[in-house]
Amino acid sequence: MRLPWTVEARAQRSPFAPLVAPLAAVTATILAGLLLFTLLGVPVTTAFYQLLVAPVSTTFNIGEVLLKATPLLLIAQGLAIGFRAKIWNIGAEGQLILGAIGGSLLPIWFNDSQNPMMLVGMALAGSCFGMGWAAIAAWLRSRFNANEILVTLMLNSIALQLLYYLVAGPLRDPFGFNFPQSALFPDVAMLPTLFGGARVNAGLFVALAATVAAWFFVERSMTGYRLQVGGVAPEAARYAGFSEKRAIWLSLLIGGAAAGLAGVFEVAGPLGQLQRVVSPGYGFAAIIVAFLGGLNPIGILFAALFMAVIYVGGDIAQASAGVPYAVIGILQGVLLVTYIAARLFVDYRVRWRRSAARVAAH
Amino acid sequence: MITREAATATTGAQVPLLELAGVTKSFGPTVANEDVALSIMPGEIHAILGENGAGKSTLMKMIYGVMAPDAGRIRWHGEDVTISDPAHARRLGIGMVFQHFSLFETLTVAENISLSTDQSAARLSPRIAEIGDRFGLPLDPAALVHSLSVGQRQRAEIIRCLLQEPRLIIMDEPTSVLPPSGIEPLFETIRRLAAGGCSVLFISHKLEEIRSLCHRATIMRAGKVVGSVDPAAETKDSLARLMIGRSIPQPTRTPARPGKDAALELRGLDHVPDDPFGTHLQGMDLSVRPGEILGIAGVSGNGQRELAALLSGETALPRGDRDRIRLDGSGCGDADPGQRRRMGMAFVPEERNGRGAVPEMSLTLNALLTAHGRGMVRRGMVAHQSARDFAESCIAEMGVRCAGPQSEARSLSGGNLQKFIMGREIRLAPKVLIASQPTWGVDVGAAAAIRQQLIALRDTGVAILIISDELEELFELADRLQVLFRGRLSPSLDRAEADTALIGDYMTGGFLTEPAVATPPAAAA
Repeated sequence: MRLPWTVEARAQRSPFAPLVAPLAAVTATILAGLLLFTLLGVPVTTAFYQLLVAPVSTTFNIGEVLLKATPLLLIAQGLAIGFRAKIWNIGAEGQLILGAIGGSLLPIWFNDSQNPMMLVGMALAGSCFGMGWAAIAAWLRSRFNANEILVTLMLNSIALQLLYYLVAGPLRDPFGFNFPQSALFPDVAMLPTLFGGARVNAGLFVALAATVAAWFFVERSMTGYRLQVGGVAPEAARYAGFSEKRAIWLSLLIGGAAAGLAGVFEVAGPLGQLQRVVSPGYGFAAIIVAFLGGLNPIGILFAALFMAVIYVGGDIAQASAGVPYAVIGILQGVLLVTYIAARLFVDYRVRWRRSAARVAAH
Repeated sequence: MITREAATATTGAQVPLLELAGVTKSFGPTVANEDVALSIMPGEIHAILGENGAGKSTLMKMIYGVMAPDAGRIRWHGEDVTISDPAHARRLGIGMVFQHFSLFETLTVAENISLSTDQSAARLSPRIAEIGDRFGLPLDPAALVHSLSVGQRQRAEIIRCLLQEPRLIIMDEPTSVLPPSGIEPLFETIRRLAAGGCSVLFISHKLEEIRSLCHRATIMRAGKVVGSVDPAAETKDSLARLMIGRSIPQPTRTPARPGKDAALELRGLDHVPDDPFGTHLQGMDLSVRPGEILGIAGVSGNGQRELAALLSGETALPRGDRDRIRLDGSGCGDADPGQRRRMGMAFVPEERNGRGAVPEMSLTLNALLTAHGRGMVRRGMVAHQSARDFAESCIAEMGVRCAGPQSEARSLSGGNLQKFIMGREIRLAPKVLIASQPTWGVDVGAAAAIRQQLIALRDTGVAILIISDELEELFELADRLQVLFRGRLSPSLDRAEADTALIGDYMTGGFLTEPAVATPPAAAA
């Protein structure tokens, strides 16, 4: 079938091209959000206020935005390193859950501990658990060439079931009236909050430090360069002698460690214990954040903040205007789809075919 | 068809079949074709001669409807046409045989051809045989494509084109894939086509071929037509001067003074490739000593790709076979490309974009690709300044035309990028340099410069192995020659004893049946 247009690659791109797609996606998402709220019976001005103004209007709400930006930022920086190498880790959600489990073991087992190194131990255990979960996919991919997208995606479901089992059994609080949750963590296992009343905690600094580290890794380090060559030109990487297996392991382990750490920060931050729900889909949202940020550490910082605003705005709208919680998921979907669509128009241009009928008349 | 009648109505005064006037096409700031005029008569074999990058391909794509000119007119049978796409070109009667074939390996010839028509393979078979017979293109319609030689595949492409009874056939560098013995039969076919009234547009940069085959030659340089001549009345040198603006420089060389011990050796190398249509390499033996150039000749597709990957380490041998490949006497068959580079090997692959260089990255970052071991990494961090210096000196030494080390590799022409890659690998100061098709797609002047560099490198004591399907290049460069045929290597021939006839015989497998040892020399004489 012949379409009346053709799509061809753009020969030249403006230096601002990398900004076009994310900005277009963000604008489209905001418009879609306003439209959606209007259709749900919320007046446009109220919708705009709840979605975009309210999240940054009070100290508490700003704290909430930063609180939700923390795991998104941390996970997205880890994932982006793998995505640049074209290693598609879709399993950050599962790695986050494993990190939460790993990080909870110490405070559950040593529930009356006063040890000031508790948080460090939790962070180490959590990131190791996250890495271990990702390592399953790395091993299957490098040993049997099993597609890492499918493996990491399916491991998410297994991780969730593992969490359900643990909080209902081995890790359940024996004095918790049979609720499926662990004992509350001791104070030494809790991240300090940053300013009065708000829940945002010191994990934010770790996420920011990870951003700086990711920037150096991607832009300056030889290992980052090797990974990127493997992503954009696998034949060239083979020719240069950059090992593909190494790239697979490294990408998945970095992503797993970052997601695991984010899991620790959830249980050691807003939750204070291990529960059946440790993440409102941060692991999946972070994939969108990584792409929206153009897989660039600085871009990801802004993308994480915007995604956090959507989370908080959606929460506020749900509480004050009775908008269903699913709105957040819908807006995330709109963000991803419009970003991908916008990328097409940044990289290619559409040209109408001249009428073939006119030519054939000759 | 109105056009056909219009043409026949004006018999007597010859109307050109195809006429171009003022055709211009630019891509951004680069002008690929400028004010091109061209006129082809029915039954004429017309050469388009020019270096790579002279604008031949762009011109052909406009005639075949792949792209539209920015300005100018195209006349077909004397009438203005706008060719909207290749299907339209084929309806007009323009066919094209591409340099790279588009055939499905797992289908038969007839099945492949039936894909581009609305007839079944069974009905096409007799017509394929008939056309093959008429134009000297013997081919079994029931043969599976993967079992065919490159020459036979080309015949399939030509027959596919002829089935549409074209008035004009465009052939893009058709001899570049053929062994010397395959060229004359192709020319015979082209001459028969022309005798039947079909015009042929023959694209090439090989001067001798054009002189022996074509009625007329349009010569292009830097996007413009610089002359239209009768090639038979020209000399090779006068054509070259038109094409590149000066005579082709000949490399100067002194006899090789090779060292004693082989720097690179293959011993009884056998390899079955993973790719089911790849070539099985069998019993390969070769050795290259420091200070000599060994050329590997052969029609492409006889195992060059597999051999190159085994030498570079992109295909690694199992540990047990490590001694089948030796660098400076130590086995390295199981080493990866990085390890081999540290052992003193450098490698220039045949694909530049995507293999020898990363298209999306700057030349600085592309210098890092293989030269990172030369002080460009400090404590795990890239030392950008030293990578940039390295890239800059590659650019300066090889005369690479680009905006500077920050230019992306894909912004360079194929020839310029090749010069950069060659310069990078030479600057690694290797003990062994392996170059696959070192001057493919490189313009004549730059190719001469690259060859001179290779000879200079040889004189500094580097062992050089060159895999090429351009015989002329190997005759210019190599001190010894071996021929690759169906995954087997011929015995080594010295420069003095190798001539086109003998190499041509080896290229079709002559060395396999040669009763070299059994027959006493007296009996042969």
